[in-house]
Amino acid sequence: MQIHPIIVALRRHKAGTLLIALQIALTLAIVCNALFIIHQRLSHLSEPSGIDEANLFVVTNLWGEQYSTDEAAAKIQQDLAALRQLPGVDNVTPADSYPLRGGGWDNFITLKPEQVSMTTDASVYTGDEHFLRTLGVKLIAGRDFHADEVQNMGLRQNFVPPVTIISKALADKLYPNGDALGKPFYSMSDKPTTIIGIVERLHRADVSTWSAPYANESLIWPIRMAQPWGVFYIVHTKPGQLDEAMREAPKALYAENRMRMISSKDGVRSFAQIRHLAFESDRGMAVLMSIICVVLLAITGAGIVGLTSFWVGQRRRQIGVRRALGATHRDILHYFLTENFLISLAGVAIGVLLTFGLNLWLVERFEMQFLPLAYVLGGMVILLLLGQGAVFAPALRASRVPPVEATRPA
Amino acid sequence: MFAYYLQLGIRSLKRNPMLTTLMVMAIGFGVAASMITYSVFRAVSGNPIPDKSSQLFVPQIDSWGPQQNEMGEPPGAFSYIDAMAVIKAHQATRQTLLYPVMLSALPHDANSIPVSVNGYAVTGDFFPMFEVPFQYGNGWSASDDDNRAPDVVLTAEFNQRMFGGANTVGREITLSGHDYRIVGVAKHWDPSPRFYAVWSDSAFQDPPDFYVLLNRALDLKTDSSGRNSCRGNLTFAGWDQWLQSNCVWLMPWVELDTSSDVARYRRFLEGYAADQQHVGRFAWPANVRLRDVMAWLDQMKVVPPESRISMVVASCFFLICLVNTIGLLLAKFMRRAGEIGVRRALGATRHEIYAQYLVEAAAVGLAGGGLGLLLTAVGMSGVGLLFDADIAKLAHLDFSLVGLTLIVAIFATVAAAFYPAWRAAQVQPAWQLKSN
Repeated sequence: MQIHPIIVALRRHKAGTLLIALQIALTLAIVCNALFIIHQRLSHLSEPSGIDEANLFVVTNLWGEQYSTDEAAAKIQQDLAALRQLPGVDNVTPADSYPLRGGGWDNFITLKPEQVSMTTDASVYTGDEHFLRTLGVKLIAGRDFHADEVQNMGLRQNFVPPVTIISKALADKLYPNGDALGKPFYSMSDKPTTIIGIVERLHRADVSTWSAPYANESLIWPIRMAQPWGVFYIVHTKPGQLDEAMREAPKALYAENRMRMISSKDGVRSFAQIRHLAFESDRGMAVLMSIICVVLLAITGAGIVGLTSFWVGQRRRQIGVRRALGATHRDILHYFLTENFLISLAGVAIGVLLTFGLNLWLVERFEMQFLPLAYVLGGMVILLLLGQGAVFAPALRASRVPPVEATRPA
Repeated sequence: MFAYYLQLGIRSLKRNPMLTTLMVMAIGFGVAASMITYSVFRAVSGNPIPDKSSQLFVPQIDSWGPQQNEMGEPPGAFSYIDAMAVIKAHQATRQTLLYPVMLSALPHDANSIPVSVNGYAVTGDFFPMFEVPFQYGNGWSASDDDNRAPDVVLTAEFNQRMFGGANTVGREITLSGHDYRIVGVAKHWDPSPRFYAVWSDSAFQDPPDFYVLLNRALDLKTDSSGRNSCRGNLTFAGWDQWLQSNCVWLMPWVELDTSSDVARYRRFLEGYAADQQHVGRFAWPANVRLRDVMAWLDQMKVVPPESRISMVVASCFFLICLVNTIGLLLAKFMRRAGEIGVRRALGATRHEIYAQYLVEAAAVGLAGGGLGLLLTAVGMSGVGLLFDADIAKLAHLDFSLVGLTLIVAIFATVAAAFYPAWRAAQVQPAWQLKSN
C-alpha cells in the first residue's frame, strides 16, 4: 500500500484531519488517566482488612449520662455480659475504633525515646484479651494479651502499656530483618512498649490518602477504653446469624440499661456497611470515570464514522475513477483504513504528550501517582482499534462504489 | 431574517438525522457531565459567609516548632494555653474559641431514652461575628463568659424537636446530666462548608443542635468530640494536665475590620510567639499565620480532590465533544457547498451565509442543551452514587444551573461553529456552479 498518495490527499482535508487527530489525542489523554484512576480506586475497594468481616458488626454505644472512668468500666463489663448471652453471638470486645472506620487514633512511632522526627505512624487500637479472637485477626508470632494485662483508660489519660501486639506491616517497617518480636519501640512517650505478638494483617482505621504511606501499620494496646462519651462494641457472630444478632444486640443493651444512645440510623453497622461507607467516594469516582470513558469512546468513534462518511461521499467520483483504472474493492477498503490509521497514529502521538501532561498535573495538584506506561500503551491500542473499527463501515461503503461513478458529474 | 435562517437550519438538520443526532448527543452528554460535576464543585467550594469572609480570620501560632509542625505550617488550632492567652489579650474587634461537643438530651418524658445531640462550645462573640440569626432571645455577653454561666443557645431545629418550637428563652434544658439556661434560639443557620470548624469536623456534616458557653463546658470537663492533635512525648494523665499539654484542639477566630487592624493583629501574634520564645516555652522564632475565610478553606483543602478531578475530567470530556462537533459541522456545512454556491450567486453576502450557519449551529446547541438538561436532571438524582452522601445532598438542580446548562450548550456550539461557518462562507460560487 502506497502511503504517499494518502498523505497528499489528506493535505486537501487539513481541517478534518486535524480535528480527528486532535479528538483522538484528547480522548487518549482522558481515557488513560481515567482508567488509571478507576484502577487505583477499585484496588482500594478490595483492600483486605485482615479481619473476619463477614461475621462482624459494630455497635456505636454512646452513654446517656456522664460516667467516671470506674463507672464506665463497670457499665462496659455489664454490657459485654449481656451481649455474650445472645444466642447468635460468640465473642465481643470493647474498642475505641475499628478498621476502615475513617479517622481514629494514630500515634507517631520512634525507635529511640529522644528521637524527634518519627520513624513511622501507626493506627492505634485499644483492645482487651478478646480483641484478636473477636476480630478474627491471625496471630503469626508471639502471644495474645492476658486478661491481667488489660488496663482501663479514662478521660484524657495517657499512658503507654508495657506490651503491644502489632501488625506485620508495622513490624517490617520498624525491624526489617524480621526479628521484631520481643523488641521495643516508643510511641510518643519516653517509656518503651514491647512487641509481644505480631498479626498477619490489620487495616488502619483511617482510609484517607494521608494514611497511604503507612498502609496496614497498626498497633493494639491492652487497654479498655472507659471514656465518658461511650465505646464501640465489636461483635463476632456465629455463621449465618449476623442479621439476627444485629437486631437483638441493641434490644439487649437497652434492656440492660436505657441511659445510652444507639442511633437507629447508624448505631449498628455490619462490616459490609462499614466497608461500603469507607470507600464511598472511591467507588463513586470509579463509576463516574467509567461512564465518562465509555461515553467518550462512543462519541469519538461516532465522530470518526461521521467525518469519514462525509469524505467517502465527497470522493465518490475519485473512488469511481480509481475503480475504473483497476483498483479492487480491497484496495479502496485498505485506502480508507490506512488513511485512518495514519491520522490515528498522529493523534496518539500528540495524545501521549497530553496524557503525560494531564497525569503530571494530577500528580502535582492531587498527589496522584505517575501513570504506568502500560496504561498509555493500552490506551493507544484501544484508540487505534477504535479508529479502525469506526472507519470500517464507511470504508466498506466506499469499496462498493461502482466504477461507473467516474462517468457521472460530481 | 433570524426566523428564516432558523427555519433553513432546522430543515437542514432534518435532512441528516444521523449526523444531527450525533451532534446533539455529543453536546448533550458533554454539557451534562460538566454541569453535574460543576454543581457538586459549586456546592463544596462556595463562600459560606460572603459578606464577612474577608473580615474573619484564623490566627495560627507554631506551638510545635520546625521539627514537629506540619511541614513548616503551624498547627491549625490552638492549645489551651495559647488559646486562653490570645483570647484574654482582646486584640481583635471580636474573637471566639470553639470546639465540637457531643452531649445527650432527654426528651421531657423522664422514661424516654436519651438522644445524642451535637453542638459547639463557643464564646459569646461567636453569634455576632458570624451573624447567627435569632428566632428568640440572643447570644450571651462577655460577662456571662467571664462568669462561666451555664448558658446555651439552641438551634431552631433542635428547639422544634425538643419543645415543639415554643419560645424557650429562660427555660432550662438538661444536657448530659447538667442543667443549662436557654438564652436564645437561633434561626436555621448552616453555612456550607462549615468554615468555622473545618479543622476538626467534616465541612459538610449535619447542622449542629446547640451552642454552649465554652467556659462552662470546660468546667464540666466536656471532652471535645472532634480532633485533638499532639506532638512529642505525652505526659498528661488526666484532664487538667491535658489542658497544659501541647495538644491543639481549640479553634480560634477573630474579626478584623480594616487592613491596618489585620496588620496590627499579625504583629500582636508575632509578638506573642516571640515572647513565648523569650520565656523559653518555644525554642524557635515566631511562626504565625493569619488567614481569612477563603484562604483558610483553601488551606484546609475543604474541596475534596474527587470533586476537582471529576470536574476537570468532565470539562475535558466536554472539550472533546466540542472538537467532535466542529468536525461534524464542517462535514455537514461543506456537503452543502453547491447550495451555498447557488445562494451566493443569487446575491447572498458572505456575511449572510455566515449568519445562517451560526443560527443553524445555535439550533443544534439548543437541542443539545435540552438533552443536556435532561441528562443533568437524571444525573443529579444519581449523584449520591458518585460522591459522598454528605456532599451529594448539597448538589441540586436550581434555576441558575438550568440557565447555565442551556447557555453553555448554545454558546459552546456556536463557538464550535465559527470555523465551519467561516469555511462555508468562503465557498466560491463560480466553482460550485461550474461543477454542477
